[in-house]
Amino acid sequence: MKRLFTAAVVIALPLVMAGSAVASPADDSSAIRSYFSKKFPAVELNEFGNGVYAIDKVSRESWEAIEEFPPYETFVDAGEEMWNTAFANGKGYKDCFADGPGVAHKYPHWDKEKGMVMTLPLAINNCRKANGEKPLKYAKGSINDILSYMTYNSRGHKTNVVIPSDDPRAMAAYEEGKQFYFARRGQLNFSCASCHMQNSGNYIRSDILSPALGHTTGFPVYRSKWGTVGTLHRRFKGCNKQVRAKPFKPQGQEYRNLEYFLTYMSNGLELNGPSARK
Amino acid sequence: MSISKSTSLMRKTLLAAASVALLGTSQLALADENGKELAFTRKKGNCLACHMISGGSNAGTIGPALIDMKARFPKRDVLKAQIWDATVNNPESPMPPFGKHKILNDKELDAVVDFIWNL
Ligand code: HEC
Ligand code: HEC
Repeated sequence: MKRLFTAAVVIALPLVMAGSAVASPADDSSAIRSYFSKKFPAVELNEFGNGVYAIDKVSRESWEAIEEFPPYETFVDAGEEMWNTAFANGKGYKDCFADGPGVAHKYPHWDKEKGMVMTLPLAINNCRKANGEKPLKYAKGSINDILSYMTYNSRGHKTNVVIPSDDPRAMAAYEEGKQFYFARRGQLNFSCASCHMQNSGNYIRSDILSPALGHTTGFPVYRSKWGTVGTLHRRFKGCNKQVRAKPFKPQGQEYRNLEYFLTYMSNGLELNGPSARK
Repeated sequence: MSISKSTSLMRKTLLAAASVALLGTSQLALADENGKELAFTRKKGNCLACHMISGGSNAGTIGPALIDMKARFPKRDVLKAQIWDATVNNPESPMPPFGKHKILNDKELDAVVDFIWNL
């Protein structure tokens, strides 16, 4: 009986959000917040940035033990070296990111000039290309080093995604990301919301599904399953593939807009990456 | 088809027919095993991802436990329809449409339905 009751509550949010094409981003954000705070009343807002460990005491304990010797530390160090190593032309990341490495909280943002969502990995590669360096791959590899370093230096800053009202294309990008989140796809017919809203807190086999709120704050993430650090878009790909849907290109428009929507949902939550996950 | 192949096929068919006649119940148990395997394995039904089912481990909690199914589904067709496409009954159902999306073919679906119906 209890389960039936939970299921009924659970269904409410996706309907409210998905059905309301006219809802403003601020409405969406407060809907998602009140939904998860009702669902997990003991969890404080900022805690949601810890994913599944915010809602499951048992796995939290082993995670806390792991955090004592963080598996992403060597990646942060490697990234620091990248940051301090000059490109062939004598310039470096410093020259592109004048405010220093701790700027992850300024991404993703709407780039009016380019008419697109600008993410940190994209900005990193734009910097490299502008200086005659080869761009880095977007899912695996050393992009995760530089991202780990920059994110580490951004810890404590709050997520603060802005959807500028003076450019309707920004709102369109947000809406596209939101639609992506609620659209069922793949042979198995899941939306992101099926798992991370409707069923967050439930077990799927032996995994507990984490809440959508806070999903972006901890990236890049060291996953034991990967044995390395990976980007947010690598995770998107994995979640698409497991429902037998065709994954999209990391840093392609679909995933950038998805990131725009999903990160906006976490506005006000502190950045806490890189982080460690099962 | 070569003669030897067709005789061996015939022999198999005869054997199968004989075993159905002689071992009616254990044949049923075999079909059940097949349905169980299809229901449990991750590449096919993976019902355990969401449902507790007797005999399975690491079951998820997304859907209700599948027990006493004949009480819930006196009609096999109704059960089959739920597994064919759960979103007909509940548009918000996260349960994959196993028949409609050909996650299981007709034979596999029937085997799964038989197994579940007998739970
Ligand atoms: C069939 C279920 C399922 C679907 C559908 C699904 N995910 Fe996931 N997702 C998981 C599981 C399981 C994990 C690992 C455990 C966890 O953190 O929830 C996960 C993890 C994640 C994480 C990492 C969370 C963290 O704290 O590290 C993100 C981000 C994520 N998913 C986003 C998405 C997005 C975006 C979509 C849709 C494109 C999606 N997921 C669709 C099951 C799913
Ligand atoms: C991703 C989750 C998921 C998977 C996988 C799944 N189901 Fe379900 N199932 C549900 C949910 C949730 C319900 C509750 C009703 C609804 O939403 O359709 C349900 C309901 C049912 C019901 C009706 C139960 C009742 O008492 O009303 C049956 C029967 C059933 N599922 C069988 C199966 C079988 C057989 C499989 C595998 C071949 C399977 N399910 C796979 C989530 C799932």
